[in-house]
Amino acid sequence: MSAVAGQGQGQGETSPPAIELVGIDKRFGPVHANRDINLRVEKGTIHGIVGENGAGKSTLMSILYGFYQADSGMIRVAGREVNIRSSDDAIDAGIGMVHQHFMLVEPFTVLENVMLGVEGGALLTRGIAKVRGELKRLEREYALEVDPDAVVGELPVGLQQRVEILKALYRGAETLILDEPTGVLTPAEADHLFRILAQLKAQGKTVILITHKLREIMAITDAVSVMRRGEIVSTVATRETTPEQLAEAMVGRRVLLRVNKAPAHPGRELLSVENLTFRDSQGVTRLSDVSFGIRAGEIVGIAGVAGNGQSELLEVIAGIRAPSSGRIAVAGQETAGTGRALLPAELRGCGLAHVPEDRHRMGLVTAFEENENAILGYHRDPAYGGGPFLSRNAVRDDARKRIEQYDIRPPNCRLKTANFSGGNQQKIVLAREMERDPQVLLVGQPTRGVDIGAIEFIHRQLIAMRDAGKAILVVSVELDEVRALSDRILVMFDGRIVGERMPDADEQEIGLLMAGMDSKAAA
Amino acid sequence: MNAADFLDVVNATLRLSTPLILAALAGLYSERSGIVDIGLEGKMLAAAFSAAVIAALTGSAWLGLLGGIAASLVMAMIHGYASISLRGNQVVSGVAINFVASGLTAFFGQAWFGEGGRTPQLPMTARFGEIDFPGAQAVADVPVLGLVYSHFISGHNLLVYFAFLAVPATWWVVQRTRFGLRLRAVGENPAAVDTAGISVAWMRYRALMLTGLLCGVAGTYLSIAQSAAFTRDMTAGQGYIALAALIFAKWKPWPVLWTCLLFGFLDALSIRLQGVVVPGIGAVPVQAIQALPYILTMILLAGFIGKAIPPRAGGMPYVKER
Repeated sequence: MSAVAGQGQGQGETSPPAIELVGIDKRFGPVHANRDINLRVEKGTIHGIVGENGAGKSTLMSILYGFYQADSGMIRVAGREVNIRSSDDAIDAGIGMVHQHFMLVEPFTVLENVMLGVEGGALLTRGIAKVRGELKRLEREYALEVDPDAVVGELPVGLQQRVEILKALYRGAETLILDEPTGVLTPAEADHLFRILAQLKAQGKTVILITHKLREIMAITDAVSVMRRGEIVSTVATRETTPEQLAEAMVGRRVLLRVNKAPAHPGRELLSVENLTFRDSQGVTRLSDVSFGIRAGEIVGIAGVAGNGQSELLEVIAGIRAPSSGRIAVAGQETAGTGRALLPAELRGCGLAHVPEDRHRMGLVTAFEENENAILGYHRDPAYGGGPFLSRNAVRDDARKRIEQYDIRPPNCRLKTANFSGGNQQKIVLAREMERDPQVLLVGQPTRGVDIGAIEFIHRQLIAMRDAGKAILVVSVELDEVRALSDRILVMFDGRIVGERMPDADEQEIGLLMAGMDSKAAA
Repeated sequence: MNAADFLDVVNATLRLSTPLILAALAGLYSERSGIVDIGLEGKMLAAAFSAAVIAALTGSAWLGLLGGIAASLVMAMIHGYASISLRGNQVVSGVAINFVASGLTAFFGQAWFGEGGRTPQLPMTARFGEIDFPGAQAVADVPVLGLVYSHFISGHNLLVYFAFLAVPATWWVVQRTRFGLRLRAVGENPAAVDTAGISVAWMRYRALMLTGLLCGVAGTYLSIAQSAAFTRDMTAGQGYIALAALIFAKWKPWPVLWTCLLFGFLDALSIRLQGVVVPGIGAVPVQAIQALPYILTMILLAGFIGKAIPPRAGGMPYVKER
């Protein structure tokens, strides 16, 4: 090894760090996205980077991968200063990236995706043979098995992610950056991913893992850096820290990671769903024979991998789609039956409120001002003028009150909703739906894209509502969240409810159910 | 219909399909790269005019062809600049190109030649004439094979052969070359191409150059191979029909050939059927028959083609995101 490459600095290291960032600084107009970042990632380690949304993690990694260029600062790869001006340069420097949203061409085969950009000549024939051989080797070395002739769009996300890793390795990546890699995976798939990462590490590769899940950081990283407001506030060896310390460093104050709640005291049934079946416009069965009930003072969580009918379940109960068969009742009043359903507006009258999964698509009109969004769906309320005209003052006064109650920032009800952060947007929706004192509250992805500080707030609000005797249905792809909030957990797979578990049930067992595997106990 | 009629219709089909095939393949390159191209019509028209003018001035069909390609390329690059570099709306840009081509060709045609937008009649030497293959006359009387060789294969102009050879060539380029792989990728997921270290803009510009080239040949064919002069708005919607054929063919080269032949056949049939008396109905009005290809376009596009999945990134300007 060329230990004395000029940057040894007498750290006692035998080899220079795989990646070294020195004084990286980046501004986007008035936003200072990265301030004087110094980071060492040692070769052959898994290095975690955590931080809230907007803390600058993605910007930093984009600079490392050549999507952006730093305003100032220096990047060293294996001790040598490199000038990374495009993804091409990053690839040449041995840096590979697995993006949060996969950069795959869906109609292409695995083979075509891997060779895109490194075809090895103007004609494809020779390249194809080479990629095929190389894929076999990588498969043996890293347990990355995937059929090279499969069409990528037809593969499950876990395998698609493997294709992304293969792409990076095929390009000779020595350092692999993974951006929120487990967001879309089942627990079993995530475990498999971690085994692959451990294997990569064993082979001397370096992994940079960006995540907001502290559990993952604790489980597989060797060192972890915390980012807050564009700065790296601490870098520590993982075994010398705790999740609580990391969370505090991320937010800048103490955060409660566990949801504190008293045992539930369920009362009468407020939401009942019987034999609900739903087929979409293409005739595909999305929900089949779903039955459950939620009682007053109870939170029921739906666990499942995205796309197993949870979205449709929420939409059918919320009156956005009519069931193909079955029956729904809210507070004893039938709201939907075979082929018909009350309108969402009528459902609000029955005491049902809905926080949609996708706040941008369904929850908000982001081009509207905050106060306008705060009354969406409730604009006929006499308090706002009732008739064809709105009383702007009444609307704004109301909005200001909610902003204070829910600590929405910035506290400006005339600001365009798009200019609020994800957490504050979610609070706007929650405030709107919760403040009508509904009997039944449906919440889809309560904290998707929400910062850890706001998560705590939202969870507390939901528990408070439960304790006030409401029935709450929570759908979330975050199993941890479902387990933290729920009094009972229903697991959905392929449009069916495949099991009911208590929140303290074994995670492996719930994970198996989510993957559609019959747990041997079948209890 | 007797044998002679049949031969006529087949030959007319080949002649009438040629500009459609060229224009549809032109559109294929553009659309597979993710750039919607409704301006095939305008590019063909500009090329037809330019080719006719230059052929008239120089007396050379080959210079005419170069002029036609150049005019079409300029139009394609304007479309590229608007939709790739400036990230404008691709449909608006394409429509603008059609209007500009229609207006400018009529204007310059009238200003330069004063015949209502018509360019001077070209002599045979300044056009692409029919090529008789060796031995075509000799074998003309051999049943079937000889007939096919002498009537269908031999006796067309050069651009017809070019169009029919462009189909397998396009298939090969799209499926078997590095350029083709990247072309298909950039129309489906430009971000994947970008992160693979390939320039999205340069890929799309190169695709549009091929579009310009092929539209140029298509327009040239209209004015100096099929006809002997440019007449005002002589493309008469063929660019749009080519676009319909491309969609009908699901953006694939071989199906493009079949759909264009179908449209060409209907056109040939409509010419043949003019004045034919249908028992019980009487003479079919000319206009009704001429409308056939257009009616077919509507029927096909209205859903008889099954699910046509366009390139996923089509019509969307590529903006780098984090």
